[in-house]
Amino acid sequence: MIDQLKRACAIAKKDVSIYYLKGPVIIFGILFPVFLFLAFVIGRDLPVDFLIAGLLSMTIFFTSMSITPVIAPTETQTRNLERLVSAPVSITTILLGDMLASVLFGIGISLVPILVGMAIGVTVTHPFILAAGIVLAAFCFSAMGLIFSSTPTSMTSTVMMISTMVKFPLVFISGIFIPVGELPQWGLVLASVSPLTYITDLCRYSFQGTSYYPIWIDITALVIFLIIFMTAAVKLHEKSLPERL
Amino acid sequence: MMESMNAIEVDDLTKQFDDFTAVNHLDFEVKNGEIFGFLGPNGAGKTTTVRMLTGIIKPDFGQVSIMGLDIRRDPIRAKQLIGVVPELSNAYTELTAWNNLQFIAELYGVPKKDARQRAEKLLGKFDLYERKDHKVRTFSKGMKQKLILAMSLMNDPEIIFLDEPTSGLDVMSARLIKDMLLELNKEGKTIFLTTHYMEEVNQLCSRVAIINHGKIAAIDAPEKLKMKVGGLKWVEISFNTSVDISDFHTMSGVIDVRMSADKLRLYTNEPGRTVYQLVDYSRSNDLEIVTLNTLTPTFEDVFIKLIGEVK
Ligand SMILES: Nc1ncnc2c1ncn2[C@@H]1O[C@H](COP(=O)(O)OP(=O)(O)O)[C@@H](O)[C@H]1O
Ligand SMILES: [Mg+2]
Repeated sequence: MIDQLKRACAIAKKDVSIYYLKGPVIIFGILFPVFLFLAFVIGRDLPVDFLIAGLLSMTIFFTSMSITPVIAPTETQTRNLERLVSAPVSITTILLGDMLASVLFGIGISLVPILVGMAIGVTVTHPFILAAGIVLAAFCFSAMGLIFSSTPTSMTSTVMMISTMVKFPLVFISGIFIPVGELPQWGLVLASVSPLTYITDLCRYSFQGTSYYPIWIDITALVIFLIIFMTAAVKLHEKSLPERL
Repeated sequence: MMESMNAIEVDDLTKQFDDFTAVNHLDFEVKNGEIFGFLGPNGAGKTTTVRMLTGIIKPDFGQVSIMGLDIRRDPIRAKQLIGVVPELSNAYTELTAWNNLQFIAELYGVPKKDARQRAEKLLGKFDLYERKDHKVRTFSKGMKQKLILAMSLMNDPEIIFLDEPTSGLDVMSARLIKDMLLELNKEGKTIFLTTHYMEEVNQLCSRVAIINHGKIAAIDAPEKLKMKVGGLKWVEISFNTSVDISDFHTMSGVIDVRMSADKLRLYTNEPGRTVYQLVDYSRSNDLEIVTLNTLTPTFEDVFIKLIGEVK
C-alpha cells in the first residue's frame, strides 16, 4: 500500500517533468480560461472580490483538468504505456500518479489569482477553508479529467475536444459569472449537479464571507464528486487499457 | 514443491479477439535458467502470449504462473520478479537515459543506492554511459533498444521477457543484445525470447516452441527438432550441360527432384547412395559435375515444415 503510494509519486514526478510544458496543457489549462474570463468581465461592473473568487475557482477547474486528459492519449501514442503497465503497479496507482501531477499544477497556478487578488486589496477571510477547498477541488477535477481520457484513443486533440465540450457549459451554470442565487429554478438544478458550483461557492465564502450553500455542503459535495469520479475513472481505464496497447 | 522447478507454467492459455482466437489453449513450461525461444511468423500470437504471461492483458481462459505466483491473483508480486522488453515499447523520449532508468527503479521500489549502482553498470555495459544525460529523443534505434533492455534489468529480475528484441536493429546492436542475453543466462536468469528469426533461436535457445495460428506446433531443443523432420535431406548437383530431369526420378531412394536455376535438388532418404548414383550417371553420360553438395535441413526448413502442419 505504502509501496504503491511511493510508486504513484514516482509516476507523478515523471509526469511533472514531461507534461507541464506541453502545448495543450498551456492552451487549455491557462490561456483558454484567462481569455474566457476576460471576455466576460471586461466592461461589466462587478465587485472585485466576487470576480477574484470566480477567477480562482475557474483557474482550479481548468488547470487541474489540463494534465490528466493529456497523459493517457500521449502515452498511448508514444508507446510508453505498455512498459508502465508491465511494472508492478496497479491501474489505480498509475491514475493516482497522474492525478497528483495534475493536482500540483492546479494548486500551483491557483496561487496566481490569489496573489493578484491580494495585490489589489482583496482579503482572504477564511484561508484554511480556502486551502482545503483548493486541494479537494484539484483532486476532484483531475479525476474528472481522467474520465475524459478513458476513451481508448491516441489523439490528444479528440480528448481535448470532448473535455472542452463539457467544461465550457459548466462554467456558465456554476455561478462564476452569475451568482447561483440569481439563477432561475432550472438553473439551480443544473448548478447543483456541477462540482464547479461548490468550489466557486467555497471561494466566495473564503473571500466575501457569504455563500449560497452552507460550507459543509460545499465540502461534502466535492468529496462525493471526487469519489464518484475516481471510481468511474479506474473502472473506465481498466476497461479501455487493453485497447490502447 | 515440484512446481517451483519451473520459472513459467502455462496452462490452457487462451485469448480471443471477438470471434478470432489469437492464442489457442497453450500448455507449456519454461524451466529455471533456460533460454526459451518462442518462434513464429507474424500474427502467430507471440505478442498476445507474452502480454498474458507478463500480466499486461487478461486471458479469456487458462492460467499462468511466474515463479509459482499466479499472475492474475498476485500480479504485483509476480511482476516484481520479471523484466519486460515489449515489442513496440519506448523509453520516455523527453527524459534522459539516466532518468528513464531511475524512474523504472522507483516503479519497482529499488533502493536509491542500488538503483544508482545498477544504472551505472548497465549504462557502461551497453555503451551508453557517455550519453546518460542526453534525452532519449536524440538516440538511434539501436541505442533506444539497448536502453529498454537496460530498463528491464533495473529490478534485477529472475525472468526476462523479450518480444522480438532485435527486430529491425543494425547488426552490431543485435549482436550486443544477443551476447548480453547469453551473459544474463550464465548468471542464472531465465529468458523468454519471442522472435521470428530462426537463426536467433538456433544460436541462443536451449528449447524452442514453434507457434502458428495461436497453437504450438512443436517444443524441443533446436537440434532435436531438426532431427525430427529428418527425411528432408537432399543432394544438390549441377552439371556442365543441361540434363533430362526424368532420369533422376528413377534413382533408388530419391523422393523428389526439383530444378532451380542451373541446379538440381534431389530429396532423398539416403544421401550417400544418391551421391554414388549421381557420379555413375555423370560417368556414363560423359557429363562434368560442376558442384555437388549434400545438405541437412536448416532450422528454416524445420520451421517451414512444422508451421505448415498446423492449420
Ligand atoms: N487488440 C487486438 N484486437 C484484435 N486483434 C488482435 C489484437 N491484438 C492482436 N490481434 C490479432 O491476434 C493475432 C496475433 O497477434 P500477435 O500476438 O500480435 O502476433 P505476433 O506477435 O506473433 O505477430 C493477429 O492476427 C492479430 O491481428
Ligand atoms: Mg508480435
